[in-house]
Formats: sequence, C-alpha cells, structure tokens
Amino acid sequence: MSKSSKPNATTERIRQTLAKRYRAEKRFRLYGVVAILFGLLCVATLFVDIIGKGHGAFRQTYIQLSVDYDADILGISDINDAQQLALADFSGLVKKSLRTRFSDVSGRKDKRQLYRLVSNSAEYDLTDRLKTAPALLGQSEKRWVLADDDIDTYFKSLNSSDGAFVGRTSEKQQQWVQSLIDAGQIELRFNSQFFSNGDSREPEQAGIGGAIVGSLFTLFITLALSFPIGVAAAVYLEEFAPKNRWTDFIEVNINNLAAVPSIIFGLLGLAIFINFFHVPRSVPVIGGLVLAVMTLPTIIISSRAAIKAVPPSIREAGIGIGASPVQVVLHHVLPLALPGMLTGTIIGMAQALGETAPLLMIGMVAFIVDVPGGFTDPATVLPVQIFLWADSPERAFVEKTSAAIMVLLAFLITMNTFAVILRKRLERRW
Amino acid sequence: MSALTMNLTATASEENSFDSAPEQTVVEDTVGFPLVDDPKIRARNASVFYGDKQAIFNIDLDIGKHEVIAMIGPSGCGKSTFLRTINRMNDTVDGCRVSGEFLLEEDNIYGSKMDVVELRARVGMVFQKPNPFPKSIFDNVAYGPKIHGLAGSRVELDEIVENSLKRAGLWAEVKDRLQQPGTGLSGGQQQRLCIARAISISPEVILMDEPCSALDPIATARIEELIAELAENYTIVIVTHSMQQAARVSHRTAYFHLGKLVEVNETEKVFTTPEHKLTEAYITGRFG
Repeated sequence: MSKSSKPNATTERIRQTLAKRYRAEKRFRLYGVVAILFGLLCVATLFVDIIGKGHGAFRQTYIQLSVDYDADILGISDINDAQQLALADFSGLVKKSLRTRFSDVSGRKDKRQLYRLVSNSAEYDLTDRLKTAPALLGQSEKRWVLADDDIDTYFKSLNSSDGAFVGRTSEKQQQWVQSLIDAGQIELRFNSQFFSNGDSREPEQAGIGGAIVGSLFTLFITLALSFPIGVAAAVYLEEFAPKNRWTDFIEVNINNLAAVPSIIFGLLGLAIFINFFHVPRSVPVIGGLVLAVMTLPTIIISSRAAIKAVPPSIREAGIGIGASPVQVVLHHVLPLALPGMLTGTIIGMAQALGETAPLLMIGMVAFIVDVPGGFTDPATVLPVQIFLWADSPERAFVEKTSAAIMVLLAFLITMNTFAVILRKRLERRW
Repeated sequence: MSALTMNLTATASEENSFDSAPEQTVVEDTVGFPLVDDPKIRARNASVFYGDKQAIFNIDLDIGKHEVIAMIGPSGCGKSTFLRTINRMNDTVDGCRVSGEFLLEEDNIYGSKMDVVELRARVGMVFQKPNPFPKSIFDNVAYGPKIHGLAGSRVELDEIVENSLKRAGLWAEVKDRLQQPGTGLSGGQQQRLCIARAISISPEVILMDEPCSALDPIATARIEELIAELAENYTIVIVTHSMQQAARVSHRTAYFHLGKLVEVNETEKVFTTPEHKLTEAYITGRFG
C-alpha cells in the first residue's frame, strides 16, 4: 500500500503493533545470543584453565649424567648372567655419577639431597640400557635421566611470571640445578612416558597409558554388550511388542533408569556381578558390565526415537510388496534408523567414558601401576585416574591431572565429532 | 469425520423430516449390479471395525477378472478401508477387526490357511503418496523379486526390472540412471516407479489408493494411460476422489457412503443415469 493512500483502521492497528512485535523479536534473539555467549565463555574459561595448568605435563625435566658402567660398582662379572644383572647395584651407579658431577658435595645429608635430584626410575633406565647394549659394560656414556618431580616442578617454574616455585627443594638443590642449567645438562623433553606408563606414586613416572588402555577395554565391553541389547530391545518394543500395560510399564521403567544416579548402577554391579556371579573386581569386564547396564536406557531411548522417525510410508511400501515383518525391519527400518541409533550409542559411550561414580563401587579405583594387557587384568579408567591424581598431595600431580583431563576431553570431542560425521554421512533423505 | 457420527447426524436430520434431500436417504441395499460371474475377488457381508466404531457395513461386492473398478465417495466413506481389507493391510492397524467373507478366487483371504506374505505378493498395492524405498531405482524394482526369490540369476533379475519399468512406462526415462536413488525422481515418476515395483512380482490384483492425488495433471494422465494398459493383464481396484478419473479409467464404479456400498454399476451408467439418489447427489456435486 502506498503512503498516499489512506490506510483503513485495521492496517493502522497492524502497523502500531508491528514495532512492538519487532522489538519483542529482537529481544528474544538477544536472549539467545547472550545464552550462547555465556556458554562459550564458560567453555573457554575451562579450556584456558586446564590447558594453562596441564600443558606442562607433556614435557618432563631430564638431567644429563655421564654414566660409567663400572663392573665393580655393579658387581657384575658375567654380563650374560641374568641373575647377576637383576641383582646389580644400578642405584650405586647413579649415585656415583652424581657424586662425580658434583664432586664438592660432602656429608650424608647433602649427599642424600644430591641423590634426590634424579628420579628413582633412573636406575631402572640404566638397567634396561645395559640389557639392550651389553657391550657398554666397562664403558661410559652421557645419558639423560628423569629428574625428580620436585626438581621438575622447580625447573618448570623458573621462567614463570609468578616467580619460581621453591616447594620442597632445598637451597643447595637449587644451586645444583643452576649449575646444571649453566652446563646445559638439564632440559625439558617430550614426555612420552606420560602416554605409555601406568600410575605411579612418583609423579614424574606417572602416566595415563594404563588408564587409556583400561578405558578402551572397558568401553569395548560396554559397546559389545549395550549396542546389540539396546537395539534389539528398541526394535522389539517399537515394532513387535503389543501395546499393553506391560509394555507401558517397561517403557516407564526404561525412562526411569535413564535418570537413576550412576552410583546406584555401581552398587548394582557390586551386589549382583561381584557378590553373586563372582566376577573379579577392578577389571575391565566388571566395569564394562556396569557401564553397559548404565548406558542401555540411553541407547534404547535414542534407538526407539530413531525407529519412530522412520516414515510409516516406507513400512507400508515394504508390507505392500509382501515383505515379512522381520524383512521390513531389517531391510527398511533399521538402515534408515541406523544413523540415529549410532548417534545415541556414541553419546552413550561418551557418557560411559566419562563416568566415575559406579566404578568406585566395583574397585576400579585401585592404584594400578601396570598397563592392563587384557579384559581380566586389574585396570583403572581415565576419569578415575583423574579423580585419583586430583586427590594426591604432590604439587606435580596438579599438571598431571589437568593433562589427563585434556586427554579425556580430546577423546570425548573426537567421539562426538565422529557421531556428527557418521550421522551426516549415513543420513538418507526420503 | 467418523462414519458413526455422520450416521447419527443423518438419523437426526431424518427425524426432523426436511424435504427429501439426498443426505437423508437411508441406504437399504446396494443398487446396480455388485455381483459378477466368476469373480477375482468376492466380498460377502463384509464389515470392518476400528475399535468400537464400525467403518464398513455389510458390503457384498464382486470384482471381476481383468476389470478396473473405481471406488468413489466422500471422505470417510470407507472406500480406502475396503481397499485395504483386500490385501490385509489393515492387519497392521491396532484395534482393526474385519468380519464377513473375502475370497481371492477360491482362497479365503482371512482364512487360517492364507499366508499374508503370499497374499500381498498376489495382491499388490500402490499408495496415495509415492513411497519409493530410499534405494536406487534398480533396487526399488528388484526388491520384490529378490525377497520372493523370483529371479534365479542376475540376468533374470535385470530382465524383470527392465520389463516392469517398461510396463510402468518409466524405462525410457530412467534406463541410463538405474543406480541413482529412486527418491530423486519427480513425483509422477516416483509413482510410476512404485507401480513398476508393484508389478515386478506379477501380482494378480493391483490395489491403488488414490494414486494420483499427489500428482499434477500431466503425471496423472500418464498414470491413467498406464492403468488402461495394465488392465489387460491385471485386475485393478482404484480408489479415487476424482470422478473424472473414475469415469476415464474404470469399467465399473462403486459408490460408497458412510461405510455402505450404495451403488455399483457400469461406469458410464453411474455418471450419466445413476440409479440411487445419493449417487446422483454426489456426482452432481451437491455434497462430497
């Protein structure tokens, strides 16, 4: 309508309300933007904090020692004798090297402090070294060994803006570190042990390798159990079950289970799987069983939703051509529902990967040094490892904890990205 | 509107005794000739219930061999329900109950000996909305022969697919893109693909539930041509809302009203000199 034409009463009233409506719309959009920004801010804060604290754990302090593989100190006469090698005094070798480097140190107290510069894993490192290269016996070489966690924390904090963190290092130790820095005999190296080692009381030796492997074993059991059972239950309830009071009852219970606190599932696992069926505790099998039970409702609910979303016209087409009910489900309904089912499953798996509480109940909170080699080896999982480290008093565990959280987040992000990609790729239009 | 409530209103207005408008006419018996000799499908005293509501009341109807019979009537009159009783598609509806006798030649459709999968292989169906599977054009047509084991070899399967697509008048348009998704075709092509899928297993009867209601006039004309060609080999039951379509494609026309079969006659007769007042009212557009 042109401006010159005289608007009638209705048009006039509509115009009056228009401005108000547009304002309301703008306001509504603003709320949305604010909500999103708030969420992003929280996530950004979390990431900045965790990465800021945890990035240090990916590099570890190493000290260079000139090691003299002296057969007398080691007490080895025959290098091929495994027993001699096992009993050999590699600890003395490390101490000797340190004493040679800092020859002015005297007195028991000072010497003990000196020996604490390097991690007690140094002697095992030298053991392995001599085992793989027996020709070194009687020779000497320069070797980088792990520094103790207190030295590591101190060395890393030297350049920080808050000033050096002295912590449990003595003044003498600080001087020695300075002397090592001047000689270029101390440096940060990529901490591959963090990804390959199991847990340890010594922070510099502690790694998440065991927890990652434990998590993978546990998740494998969870997936192998919960996906087929969940999908079968969803298909039966959605496609074949009669609609009566029993199925209503089952549906209410499934929805209920999805909201039950996870620690209850831990208690259930303890009471049924461990006490009744005598499944060993602290192993991926029991963890996987409990997490499978916990994940089932999520998978069933999302699978049912995915099956429901398949248009009835596709089912009719299948029935109309003479496909049996099972053929309709297998040939037409499941392929179309699969993306939704897989998305639900991956989200359920991500949930299971991040779950701690039920595992505390079934002994997966144990202190386990060895990387598990199978489904029945004692194991722990990533979130429990984080829980354990967060509880540890040593300063060096702070960055380990954050680094472990980073690894866990990386796994979760990968899984969720995978879920999105899978859904996009499998999605078919009809 | 449900059949029952419409029935009640009809009764109520009857009591008010207005002028004898067609709406108030009570349906007693089917007029015309619902029964034929040696029918393909025989329905006697057929009733269908959805829960407590009766959707179809005691219908007697024969459908002859190689006949195209059109079913017309206002919405909710039970024509689609009747159609779906023939291949037992109503089995999948909760609370649906069928009574009466239905015979496909000599076989009792609702008998205990009848295998529903076999029945649906013998009585194919084309739906209102084109519903190709989200698979390739080839797989859409090949699916039926595959599950029923009709093709012994890949060559045979190719032949069946080609013949079905040819008979559905779609071959020329899709022969170069058989591996592309069936859902990528236009609406009319999709419906012809569905017809090709239905005839791929050589059914005896094809049920069509408003097959052209989602299509434009040109696509509709193609489907109608196709129906005329298919009638040489198949018995076709078509439900339609378009009286012109019924007049164009069918040999006989059955008029349904409130779940009752009012009139069955030669199509020409129904559209020129209907015997029943209700039929006349409907085809002249006084209601519907």
